[in-house]
Amino acid sequence: MTIDERLAEICAEHGLLEGPLLPILHAVQAEFGCVDAEAERTIAKALNLSRAEVHGVVSFYHDFRPAPDSRPEVQLCRAEACQARGVEALVSAAEAAAGERVRVSTVYCLGLCSAGPAARLGDRLHARLDEAALVALVRSA
Amino acid sequence: MTVVRISDDALALACGADAVAAEFARLGCKVERVSSWGMHWLEPLVEIDGVGWGPVGVSDVAAILKPSPLQGRGLGEGAVEQAPRPTDIPRPPTPSPEGEREKCIGPIVDHPFLARQQRLTFARAGKTRPLSLDDYAATGGWAGLDRARSLPPEQVCAEVTASGLRGRGGAGFPAGIKWETVRTASGPRKYIVCNADEGDSGTFADRMLMEGDPFALIEGMAIAAHAVGAQVGYIYVRSEYPHAIAKLKSALGLAELPISPFRCEVRVGAGAYVCGEETSLLNSLEGKRGEVRAKPPLPAIEGLFGCPTVVNNVLTLAAVPHILAQGGSTAYSALGFARSKGTMPIQIAGNVKHGGLYETAFGVTLRELVYDIGGGTASGRPVKAVQVGGPLGAYLHPDQFEIAFDYEAYTAADALIGHGGIVVFDDTADMGNMARFAMEFCAAESCGKCTPCRIGAVRGVELIDRIRAGGRAADAVEALPQMHNAAQHGRSTSDEIALLEDLCETMKFGSLCALGGFTPYPVLSALRQWPEDFA
Repeated sequence: MTIDERLAEICAEHGLLEGPLLPILHAVQAEFGCVDAEAERTIAKALNLSRAEVHGVVSFYHDFRPAPDSRPEVQLCRAEACQARGVEALVSAAEAAAGERVRVSTVYCLGLCSAGPAARLGDRLHARLDEAALVALVRSA
Repeated sequence: MTVVRISDDALALACGADAVAAEFARLGCKVERVSSWGMHWLEPLVEIDGVGWGPVGVSDVAAILKPSPLQGRGLGEGAVEQAPRPTDIPRPPTPSPEGEREKCIGPIVDHPFLARQQRLTFARAGKTRPLSLDDYAATGGWAGLDRARSLPPEQVCAEVTASGLRGRGGAGFPAGIKWETVRTASGPRKYIVCNADEGDSGTFADRMLMEGDPFALIEGMAIAAHAVGAQVGYIYVRSEYPHAIAKLKSALGLAELPISPFRCEVRVGAGAYVCGEETSLLNSLEGKRGEVRAKPPLPAIEGLFGCPTVVNNVLTLAAVPHILAQGGSTAYSALGFARSKGTMPIQIAGNVKHGGLYETAFGVTLRELVYDIGGGTASGRPVKAVQVGGPLGAYLHPDQFEIAFDYEAYTAADALIGHGGIVVFDDTADMGNMARFAMEFCAAESCGKCTPCRIGAVRGVELIDRIRAGGRAADAVEALPQMHNAAQHGRSTSDEIALLEDLCETMKFGSLCALGGFTPYPVLSALRQWPEDFA
């Protein structure tokens, strides 16, 4: 199956939903690791939208990426509650441990605010991180 | 066989609950995964015959199972003093039985943190398995829906109004009045939308409810649907909550029959904070950019796909089954303080010793929450500030800690309750930096629809930087001889502060929604209470 056919299939799977665009974009992002211009074109056609409309939505939300990134991602919460628990002091060590191999990104709140600093790797959450634990987590990614 | 109860709440999992559960199972125990009691400093909390141990690591398991005279041990000693341990680093060697005894907190329900609470929305927390329909029915589940469906819709709306329930998302709008508006509005279809885009830092009650008691939320939505005549509901959950999404999807599958003919679906957000604003959330559900809509028209009149729509927070909807049960409305309105009726699940977070979920009637003071209940800072240093109500809430100084938890009292103090999260900071916090972060956050998360928020937040960051740099000299253009009206001698710190106050005024009154409108709260409160941090 070509990428285009698979994209059309994803669009068809979600076609009966009310407001199908976001579920489609999530499915595409999950399968291809990004929503690129080619995907935007196919989705726009399937939903009878303009490419600009689809691109506007894709670029609005932080979760969708225009190009794939094969590096594993560690999301580090740097919102107020984790700042109060000292996350800022850990950032440079995490980035040093990550180097070019791992992407350390910022997320505003994982909902573990009473047990920060907190991070997410895939669907696994980690709380009560100190420098050693965070560096170990980044290395394990 | 020993039955061991361990939470499968995301916070417990993040603290290593799965490994602890696996160890108990390996040693021949029957492990039941239940919801979390909300005592987060004790997670992973292990319960055997009503007695609790926490925080438990894999190495403590064998000692806990050893027969011992622990069961009669008194409350709370030792365990509360345990320093939280990070996950995923080598654990210290197996502790002596002494170490294990320190972790015993005695009978869980008698723990002072729980004994002082009034739990209505979180009545099942810690007690039931989240996805067990049997547990749900055995603890009064579906009684509210059954009774609501035996009543005419207008009476359901009237009972919710009489209970005094106000929207728990932050604005505090009376829920019954919103429902009545939708009920009497005309449209081809009507919708129930649950706002589960809990993006505020310091809040986790929605997450705990969705993960711990998903049927209560679903029942509340089904009651709302009956009350207003809606057929379809959506739960809009943020993508940062993978466990809540999975639990809700399973729960909706299991509850299909009890709530039918009402249908409900989970929709996942995509990392935009502003989608917690109701009109932006509706645009996102429709598959558009999450831009805020101008009001009016209110969503109750023209909401999702232009149809009358109830948009309520998770906690609002989850409070409804209790209110609709026999006599619930009167009981609910009897609790609380002034015009804030019922209970509020308060979330104690940040640099605090005993963080977690504390549901109580309105009226509790901030001093009680921070010191008596929260136990002061986790770092042991003095409390410097408390931010109430998420990133858009004001920073309160310890001098203001007598303020009662009440919508009107906070408004009068230029602060807000928001979603009920309180974040404690110790004296190492740099409030100038926190004010700058508030503006930076607003700039990053602004939807871009209105100018005060989109541009004001960027200018706010620059202004705070200039204030902290001590003003600035006149630039090349200002210094030109023909610039008669420009400041020729640069701008002093006090000029810049006046400008920041002016900018905040513009954002407060000129923004379309709470993101731009409330960002001035943390900024101005920090500036007024801790001017030394801006030098």
